[in-house]
Amino acid sequence: MSAPPDTIEPKAARATLRGRPELYTRYAADQALLNTNAKKFWTLALLLAVIILPFTPFATRAWLGNLTVVMIYAIGGIGLNLVTGFAGQVSLGHAFFIGLGAFTAAFVGGTPGRTAGGLELEMWIWLPLAGLVPMAVGLLVAPLAARVRGLYLAILTLGLVFLGEHIFREWEFVTGGFIGRRAPEPVIAGFNFNQRQEIFGVDFEREAIFYLFCFVLLVILAVLARNLARSKSGRAFAAVRDRDVAAEVMGVPLLKTKVLAFGVSSFYAGICGGLLAIAFGQITPENFGGLAGLLLSVEFLAVILIGGVATISGSIIGAAFVVLLPRFVEIASAYIPFVGGQGSGAFLTIFQVNQILFGALIVAFLILEPRGLFGLWLRMRNYWKAWPFSY
Amino acid sequence: MEELIPVIVRGLGVGSTYALLAVGFVIIYRATDVVNFAQPALMILGAYYVSFYVFNLGMPFPVAVIASMITMAAVAALTERIALRPMVGEPPFAAAMVTFGVFVALFIVAFRLIGTNVIVVGDPWGLERMDFLGARVNQVDIAKIVISMIAIAIVGIFLKRSRVGLAMRATALDQEVALAQGVNVGRMFGLSWAISGALAALAGMLIGTAAGGVSPLVAFVALKALPVIILGGLDSIQGSVYAGIIIGLAESFTRTYAGTYAPWLGSNFDIVVPYAIMIVVLMVRPYGLFGTKEVVRV
Repeated sequence: MSAPPDTIEPKAARATLRGRPELYTRYAADQALLNTNAKKFWTLALLLAVIILPFTPFATRAWLGNLTVVMIYAIGGIGLNLVTGFAGQVSLGHAFFIGLGAFTAAFVGGTPGRTAGGLELEMWIWLPLAGLVPMAVGLLVAPLAARVRGLYLAILTLGLVFLGEHIFREWEFVTGGFIGRRAPEPVIAGFNFNQRQEIFGVDFEREAIFYLFCFVLLVILAVLARNLARSKSGRAFAAVRDRDVAAEVMGVPLLKTKVLAFGVSSFYAGICGGLLAIAFGQITPENFGGLAGLLLSVEFLAVILIGGVATISGSIIGAAFVVLLPRFVEIASAYIPFVGGQGSGAFLTIFQVNQILFGALIVAFLILEPRGLFGLWLRMRNYWKAWPFSY
Repeated sequence: MEELIPVIVRGLGVGSTYALLAVGFVIIYRATDVVNFAQPALMILGAYYVSFYVFNLGMPFPVAVIASMITMAAVAALTERIALRPMVGEPPFAAAMVTFGVFVALFIVAFRLIGTNVIVVGDPWGLERMDFLGARVNQVDIAKIVISMIAIAIVGIFLKRSRVGLAMRATALDQEVALAQGVNVGRMFGLSWAISGALAALAGMLIGTAAGGVSPLVAFVALKALPVIILGGLDSIQGSVYAGIIIGLAESFTRTYAGTYAPWLGSNFDIVVPYAIMIVVLMVRPYGLFGTKEVVRV
């Protein structure tokens, strides 16, 4: 009675069979981030395209700036997606954590002003801190948030936005008070990522450098988030989202899972805030608190709901959509008679049109395609995969 | 004691306005399971119509208030019919986002109508004061308390005693069963919104009284009804009255005493004290003071 000969072994040396790219013989191959050849090819192509873009003539400085904001929003969107999309905890308080990150960055990296202090440290200190401080606050708030859910949680986190505005306004030593303070300089070892630089004799625009820097950060953080999502913790997130009581019965620690989701989400929000501060140049409490904070939170909800709930690539698509849509509305407004800029006396301002469009799109996606733009892509892909058959 | 009474009266005045708004939220939540984020915009429009009827149409103030309440009831019912009725059966979060969209739309309307000015509602109280238990208090605070409590009492009696009120409570309890008993559930939804709209108009008028005036930005005062409903429990009218009063008093006391006893809280802490209270209370009672505890099953 000997064990059956292990005939699978020689074939399993290859993760997939030649000519059968989607037949996996190892779990690891099935779970790989880029599990098909098409994905490998197109992801690489996209990465290359994004890196080359600043050196092509299409890249005006304004558009590079816009794309940088897309990446920063994508980082924040991934954070919100972890807590709302993967773990199912609707948070309207994302703007608060973003603001916290922004002001931490400005305090640690900024220069002391008339009322505000500053530690004048380099970016390799202030950027991690911009993530860690909101994360610490997120971990403090999370046990409380874990007690409530649904609309209670949404309103509770909305409360954070209003409390945040108060703290940002009053704690002048850190935040500069009502007028706010300048963003920190992104300097590592004397190299400023937000300045025109010459590297190996090649002249880089200020926008191009910051663009590439944000891109590298986005890739790192996105891969980390994706890995978290497919790990044990990620599966715990999904279990809690789908039915928290059932998850608890099956031995998923509810409190620990929710706390982890909030903590990681706040970390991403903080990094997003720190970078956003640089993109804004000057940050004030009005950017992140009160009404503007509420609208910012809704904007990030739009990022994940339009992009795709519980997908990392969806968050990036959503960020691109949410950031670039206003720019297109701005361009289109020249041709639409009743839309105009602030104070132009038009029936609707561009800002109002954006608000209406976001609202309408969020609702449309929630009803028609809850998986967002990413879901549209999936539909399209599956249609062509099965073509010419309809199933 | 002398100095305490004005503080308490002012707190009760503000608190009863919050309670009025919160009751509007609760009625809609009970009927349709939707948190109505459009309430602030309804409130502003209500205040605008009071002002419009008083100054442009020359109505006497009480008539103008009633007319404004009827107008806003119609606007709210229409909103429900157009924007919210198609959302029946969709996830509650989607419906909540729809109300947020309605808020944006109505808020833009309010901006078009009011502009960036501050309008007054033409109330008879102004800044006059009166004697109350030996202290001087603002007449307008007394008016706020009396009017809000009467309005809430009327709504309460209507829900408790009338046939339609019974139908509304049945709808809140279980829509399908209510439908099976011959209740026109859709009409009950519309009616809930109408009542809520009317209460919002009344609250808007009260907030715009005296020195206040109304500009579109006052709408965010109405967001304070959110901590109130969380504190009282999303589905309890009684709870929102108590919670409104608690929040109003807390706000008034903080405004008066925080500067003296707790200057580290910073100025204007009274604006955010409702949210702080809400967070603290949720730690102890996650479903609010009077809310129904959700029973969860696998």
